[in-house]
This record gives sequence, structure tokens and C-alpha cells, in this order.
Amino acid sequence: MISKKEVQHIAKLARLGFSKEEIKKFQGELSSILEYIKKLKEVDIEKVRPTSHSVSLFNVARDDEVKKQRPEDVNVLIESAPKIKNRHIKVKSIL
Amino acid sequence: MKELKNLTISEIHNSLIKKEFSAIELTKALFDEIEEKDKKILAFLTLTETMAFSQAKRIDDLILQKKEIPFLAGIPMSVKDNILVKDIKCTAASKILENYIAPYDATVVKKLKENGAIILGKTNLDEFAMGSSTENSGFFTTRNPYDLTRVAGGSSGGSAASVAAGISIYSLGSDTGGSIRLPASFCGVVGLKPTYGSVSRFGLIAFASSLDQIGPLTKNVKDAEIVFEAIKGRDEMDSTSIRIPKPSLFKFEIKNTKIGLVKEYFEKGLDSEAEKVIKKAIKKYEDLGAKIENISLPHTEYALATYYIIAPAEASANLARYDAIRYSQVKGEEIKPKDLLDYYLKKRAAGFGDEVKRRIMLGTYTLSAGYYDAYYLRAQKVRTKIKNDFEKAFKKVDLILAPVSPSVAFKIGEKIKDPLSMYLTDTYNVSTNLAGLPALTIPCGKAHNLPTSFQIIAKPFEENKLFELGKIFEES
Repeated sequence: MISKKEVQHIAKLARLGFSKEEIKKFQGELSSILEYIKKLKEVDIEKVRPTSHSVSLFNVARDDEVKKQRPEDVNVLIESAPKIKNRHIKVKSIL
Repeated sequence: MKELKNLTISEIHNSLIKKEFSAIELTKALFDEIEEKDKKILAFLTLTETMAFSQAKRIDDLILQKKEIPFLAGIPMSVKDNILVKDIKCTAASKILENYIAPYDATVVKKLKENGAIILGKTNLDEFAMGSSTENSGFFTTRNPYDLTRVAGGSSGGSAASVAAGISIYSLGSDTGGSIRLPASFCGVVGLKPTYGSVSRFGLIAFASSLDQIGPLTKNVKDAEIVFEAIKGRDEMDSTSIRIPKPSLFKFEIKNTKIGLVKEYFEKGLDSEAEKVIKKAIKKYEDLGAKIENISLPHTEYALATYYIIAPAEASANLARYDAIRYSQVKGEEIKPKDLLDYYLKKRAAGFGDEVKRRIMLGTYTLSAGYYDAYYLRAQKVRTKIKNDFEKAFKKVDLILAPVSPSVAFKIGEKIKDPLSMYLTDTYNVSTNLAGLPALTIPCGKAHNLPTSFQIIAKPFEENKLFELGKIFEES
């Protein structure tokens, strides 16, 4: 069983704000899922290479070019932000 | 017009050319059906009538001018709402993207538009494609057209239900751990999960990037093949998409084709009625001359655990971008955040549903300092073993035949309270995603009066064999 403190720590890393009840709920649910995935400890993984990707690809690269975008396309991206000011996206102060 | 519900792509194509009906008439008929049926089925999140009719008009004009039209031209279809269609809302069934308007077309949508497709609307899913029933949708639950008290499956539940109910001729879904195949099976339609890398993921809202793949849900195997041919191929916008090796000119013969049955899949857990129906399908292949062989995938029992480490880990990274700052207004103006951190905490908590939060938490946990080796790295190594199991099996057999789900469509509410029991629904599906293999589900009858299916799995890039084996089943 993972502790409430751990759940709180993970929630902060994940940027999810939880109420006390939710912390308790997730503590139970995560613990039972983690218990289930412990199963993998039974597998002998000595000398096995990890698979991050099912198809073997190696360093797919393209030229690093700036492509001209139409201003209206750029505007669409900016305007999808909920708060904007003079073509800048507004955020809460950080400092 | 032949009954709308049963019309396939080829039939419509022929009718359009012979001017038996126009694309506009067909589109109108489909929207009428949607109006009547979708109140109960709830397959659609957004309807795109204006766009659909202008697309239909363009096709009708081409036909009038006696121009040749592509196979998919004038065929009304739907798109899962995690795939971007320019200028149309794309929510991934999440409150955090409730007002997000897609600024561009996904590559698959671009290709279908170039082929003259008519887009009717966007279909419901489990939020961010996380789930097996669409009950995790941030908006509503899609119903199974065969029994409205049951789920349509998920996560591409809206797509599957819309094809089954005859309110889309075909639909695009996405499959990360069974999300095309499971709903296709529950709704009795054909579903294809292509080889990883064969279809561009550009414009698909990412869930687990090493597993996600877009594919069609259709009424028959031929239609799945037509759509797959139109959407596949390397795309410079998706570095994981690959140039598909040209299939060798092959003549498929069922005689002496070796079909493998995975012994671990039939050992336990499979509903006995469903098993009987699948066994009949196997018998049919055998009678046609196929050689049925038993094979073993020894790491089967570890596949689901491996999946539930890898998929949430990738999801937690992919979903970090939803900060309620760049994409969409998140409702809850009463939330008064103190500072930026507090803004993230509150807005993300308000925008994501429980299952998504669960997976973000799980992924953050298994990737966090001190746990990476024990969980994520270990899972990637077990993934290698699962992949190797398939490689070994394919030395013995040409294709593998497997169940899609342990049971038929379950009741709404039956599994939603217990995440693990929901995860087990995809126990036969996740291995193919981990190994990157193509798989095709084919309806094969009914169990407990509900549709049931089997799936065929092939080596990477051998979709053509899946189609041939599938068509043989449908035709005989």
C-alpha cells in the first residue's frame, strides 16, 4: 500500500490538485493497480534489451528549417488560448 | 435506396456513378437517420452538417461532369473525436478540451478529404481514449445499438456504434490497447488496428505514443481494406510512420495456410458461449483447408501489467501539455488560483476525469525517481519478451486467431467502479499493441444474443493477409 504522503507527492509532480477524499480514493486505487503490476517481478529479464518502440527506427531527422507560416494560421493557434493580450498568451505571475 | 443500414463503400460508389442517388441525397438520408437514432445511441459528440453538404455537393458536381471519382468520394463517414478535423471542435471527450477548435487536419483526415470523403461528425470516446466502454467520456456514455442498456465498448465506442447503427458508412478510430477492436467486437462491426507505423499519427491527440495507431471501423473486410489503403503511408509529419514495404505479389490460398491458436487465450476466462461461436469460425477455416496449430505465447499473463506501466507512463508525459493556458478555456470561473502552480493544480483537476487522473498518477509514479528501473525499464524489457514470443510463433504459423474480449458487451455501470476489472476487458488485445502487430476483428455470430468476434493477427505489414483471410470467412 502506498502512503497518503506519496500520493500527495505524486499528485504535485503531476500537477493535479486533489481534495483529502480524493487522495484517499487514489491511494486505494493506485495501490491495487500497483499490486497487480508487481507480477512483472516474476519475469526473468536478465540480459534482455528494453523495447521502447515496436518498429526499429534510428534517429529520424529532418533539416532544421524555419518554414514560413501564414499569419492567419499563427493567429488561430494564439487565439485558441483562453486569455490573450496583444498576441501574447496571458498567464498567472510566476514570481 | 437499399436499406441504408447495410450499404457498404463499394455499393455506394457504384450507385453514385450510376446516379441511382446523389451524394447530397445520401448525406441527407444519413443526417435524418442520425436525428432519429442518435438520441438513443449517443454516438456523436459533434455534427458537421455544413461541411458535409459542401463536400457532397462537390462530389455531385464531379459526377455530373462525368469526372472519375475515387472510391471513397461521396461516402459519408465519421471521425473519432481525438483526431483533428480543421475548424471543427476536437475534445478527446475531455472537459479540458471542451472548446478546442482544431487548427489543422490530421494527416488521415487530409488524405480522406483528398479522396472526397464526407465527414458527418465527430464520435464519442473514453476521455483521451482511456477506457473500454466510453463510460469515461467527459460528456455522456454511448449505447450499444444491439442493447441500449449495454456499453458499445471503447474507447472508439461512438465510432463502432455509429457504423453498427447505420449512421456512418464507416468511421476512423484509434487503438492503443484494443480501442478499435473491442468496440468493433461489442457492436458487431469490422475493425482494423494497423501495424504500428503504417498510418500517420499526426493530428491524433496522443495517448501512448509508442502504442497508438489509427484505423478504420467498417461493415465488412473489403471496406476496411479500402480505407486502410487510403490512409496508410509514410508522413514526414510523423517520424514514427514508415514507408511500407511493397507487398510481394502473392496469391493467398487458404489451403495449407497455417493458423495458430494461442493456448493461453483459450485456457481460462473466456465466456463459454463466445468460445463456442469462435470455435465454429475456426472449424470453418479448417474445413476450407487451413491448418490449425496450437501455439504458445508464454508471456501472455504479463502483457496487461506491462501495458499498464507503459501506457500510463507515456500518457502522463503526453498529457502534461494540458495546462488550461494554451488550448481551451476550462470551465469553473469560481476557481480563484493564487499563483501559477495553484492554477495548474486546480484547472487540471477540474478538466480531467477520474480515469485520466488515475493514469497520469500511475505514470508519474512509475517514472518518478527511484521507481523508473523497477517499473518502466522492467516493463520495457518484458515488452521485448512479449514481442519475441510473437516472432517465435510466426516461425511456426502464418497468422494467429484469437478472441477479442473475454465476454460480450457488458451492462452500463457494471465495471466502471472497479478499474482493474475494466482493464481485464482488453486482456487479449494489449499484446498486439506492445508488439506493434496488425490485427483485424471480424464479427462471427452471437453469444447471449449479442455480437461476438474473433481477431486475426499477422506479422508487421502483412495487413493484406488479414484482409484475404477475413474475406474468405465472410464469403463462405
